[in-house]
Amino acid sequence: MSTSDHGAHRKRSRAGLTTRVAAASAVVVAATAAVGFGAGSSFASAKATAHHRATASARSGRAKSHFLACEVTDTGGINDRSFNASAYQGLKVAAKAIPGLSYKYLQSNSTSEYAPNINTFIGEKCGIIITVGFDMAQATQTAAKAHPSQKFAIVDYSYSPAMKNVLGLVYHTNQDAFLGGYLAAAMSKSGKVGTFGGQDIPPVTIYMDGWVAGVRYYDKVNHAHVVALGWTPAKKRNFASGSFAGNGLFTNDFTNQALGKTDAQTLMAEGADVIFPVAGAVGLGAAAAVKQAGAGHYMEWVDTDGCVSAPQYCSLFITSVTKGIVASVSTAVEAAARGTFHGGNYNGTLANNGVSLSPFHTFAHKIPAKVKAALKTLKAKIIANKVSLDPNSYPAS
Amino acid sequence: MSATSPAEAPERPAAPPPAGAPAWRRFVRFVTEANVAMVTLLAVVGGLFVGAILIVVTTPATLHAWGELGSHPGRTFSVTFQTLGNAYGALFVGSVISPSALGHAISSGQGWTGVFTPISETLVSATPLILAGTGVALGFSTGVFNIGGQGQLIAGALAATYVGFGVHAPIGIHLPLVILAGAAGGAVAGFIPGILKARTGAHEVIVTIMLNYIFLYLLEYLLTTQPLQKPNQSNSISRSISSTGQLPHLFGSGLRVNLGLIVALAVAAGASWFMRRSTLGFQFKVIGANPAAGRTAGMDARRATILVLMISGALVGMAGMSTLAGTDFFLSTGYGGNTGFNAITVALLGRNRPLGVVLGSLLFAALSTGGRYMQASTGVPIDLTSVIQAVIVFMVATPALVREIFRLREAGAGKILLFTKGWGG
Repeated sequence: MSTSDHGAHRKRSRAGLTTRVAAASAVVVAATAAVGFGAGSSFASAKATAHHRATASARSGRAKSHFLACEVTDTGGINDRSFNASAYQGLKVAAKAIPGLSYKYLQSNSTSEYAPNINTFIGEKCGIIITVGFDMAQATQTAAKAHPSQKFAIVDYSYSPAMKNVLGLVYHTNQDAFLGGYLAAAMSKSGKVGTFGGQDIPPVTIYMDGWVAGVRYYDKVNHAHVVALGWTPAKKRNFASGSFAGNGLFTNDFTNQALGKTDAQTLMAEGADVIFPVAGAVGLGAAAAVKQAGAGHYMEWVDTDGCVSAPQYCSLFITSVTKGIVASVSTAVEAAARGTFHGGNYNGTLANNGVSLSPFHTFAHKIPAKVKAALKTLKAKIIANKVSLDPNSYPAS
Repeated sequence: MSATSPAEAPERPAAPPPAGAPAWRRFVRFVTEANVAMVTLLAVVGGLFVGAILIVVTTPATLHAWGELGSHPGRTFSVTFQTLGNAYGALFVGSVISPSALGHAISSGQGWTGVFTPISETLVSATPLILAGTGVALGFSTGVFNIGGQGQLIAGALAATYVGFGVHAPIGIHLPLVILAGAAGGAVAGFIPGILKARTGAHEVIVTIMLNYIFLYLLEYLLTTQPLQKPNQSNSISRSISSTGQLPHLFGSGLRVNLGLIVALAVAAGASWFMRRSTLGFQFKVIGANPAAGRTAGMDARRATILVLMISGALVGMAGMSTLAGTDFFLSTGYGGNTGFNAITVALLGRNRPLGVVLGSLLFAALSTGGRYMQASTGVPIDLTSVIQAVIVFMVATPALVREIFRLREAGAGKILLFTKGWGG
């Protein structure tokens, strides 16, 4: 712009004006979009009438026995159809079990909001504060140390050494993901299955570890050659037991469905016909892509039973690899309300139903009886610790 | 926002208020014409009004009451006003002060920290907005559209973090180094689009937007590598900066408001002086308004472009530093949230003037901290405040609309056009 316009001042300035007007309107649009950015889920959550009911019961409940349970979501938000939503469901379950128990949530729109959100709830005199997600570990720990009488439970994290006023809820999802991987391999016609994650962190990759191990185990016992794409576990992380470091496909985002669509399309382009997204709401984008790809393409949902949390895609879900956030959160809340809360760590496993494969729903008749029987045996073997969950203990196809 | 009016009124007198007219007539004239202050004030009113409608239609109790408008009109209005009063009351209590907590503190002499917590939180969240907003505004008023706030903010925070945990020095040396590192990181991030524009003509809007992604992913990558990542952690979080690099609290450890606020206000004041009084600032303005005239007068437009983007980036980088050294002390993925983009909004709202940016930042910060309390205490979702903010920005950007809605008289040409002029027109 500065080199080519020596003479024609008038023309130049008009062009400059147009550019500036265009740029200015772009900026206005960008700015409006920016402030509206956080509002994506806005009025869906306003419609969460349960919330208002809860507030109403808080008001009426103040007179009699009153216990307030509070949840701080991570940046995925309350409608992520994944762990934030599950933890909230746990509060609702607890509220049904205990009269006079009310519940609230605060959404974190950025990581800087974790601490103020927790502090707001401490000010609201919550009986227990549920923080959701590995990323909130630091903020929860700081608040728990500063307020030793405030009870906390955190989803997807365990502290070592354990803290007296915090219950860490962790789930050995490599166990049910192992079953999910086995099932995916059994259902694949193309001989390729694929997974991708929301972020390269243990609560995500532990699913992928188990899933890839399950695929490789299937190959080993059935002399098959199904390839698992999207995650190559390398070596055990020296902390956060059971999880591996490795290379894989990650969206680095738990909200942007477009990224999930792209990753699922990439995997399908490489030949995968069963997709396992481990990325919360981003998986909805993958579901859209799988649906678009048409017959012969399936997926497995994660965290919750997909046929309940995303029923519009139920016909695509072979199964869901779930973790029992709802049950463990409601147990923690009820314990706090009854005065039997203890800090420490809770481990969800196949044995205590803390993790499980969901019912097969529309696939109930499509999965061969032989495979169903194999899954049953395999589950018993995992509980009895007779099968290695280490993906690298099996040869990769 | 009405506080802008006394400062701005004398500069650009309205279409002639008859000399010697009584003060009340000039006042009436002022509030009935579409001047900058009135448009902004009415935009806020409009935002709250739209918010009120959304509260009414999304709250079952008020919807039910409106269903009974025919049979119990009195109840309809009392329920509506009670719901709105609760929500907007909570917005105020959560962002400024709680009258009941104040009363309690006065009578018992205790709990003063609680009284000042809301205003402290508002100031804490306004701090990065003031810095980043001033930086962005500085670019805008020079005709440079810096949309790279997010990237520059991350760059500043990254540099400040390395200096924060890597350098060991007494606070008197360490803290200034951390602040300077934040500015330097942002300046480097601003230099890239600057040199690209000056040398190749690459449009800074595109380059800065794309750089946002580069810095976002650079942060995510660095958070998994030593020495930035916290040792023995698999989370993507950084080491914490040492206490000598942290911005000290202004009013004791109970309130999070910190020295960053003073830094931000000083920067805003400095930017105001820079644009009004300094030679370089004058050159920037001339080049922004008319590059050809600037060149004719012997000014170096390329150098100015690079410098503006560097200064703008430095201020935004300091915003990244202020959250890091003031409240967070470590970095994680998603650091900064939407601050870089909110800065654009705030600059727009403040019409690219540092004072306006400060006031706009306070308004935005109050809406978000108050929104948190509103959601916690009344159940009205905090997303409502995003809608209010969006409506305010929308109306500020379309003064003609505000004029039509509120039937304001047209202001003197200079007054209303000034806004677009500020954007380099």
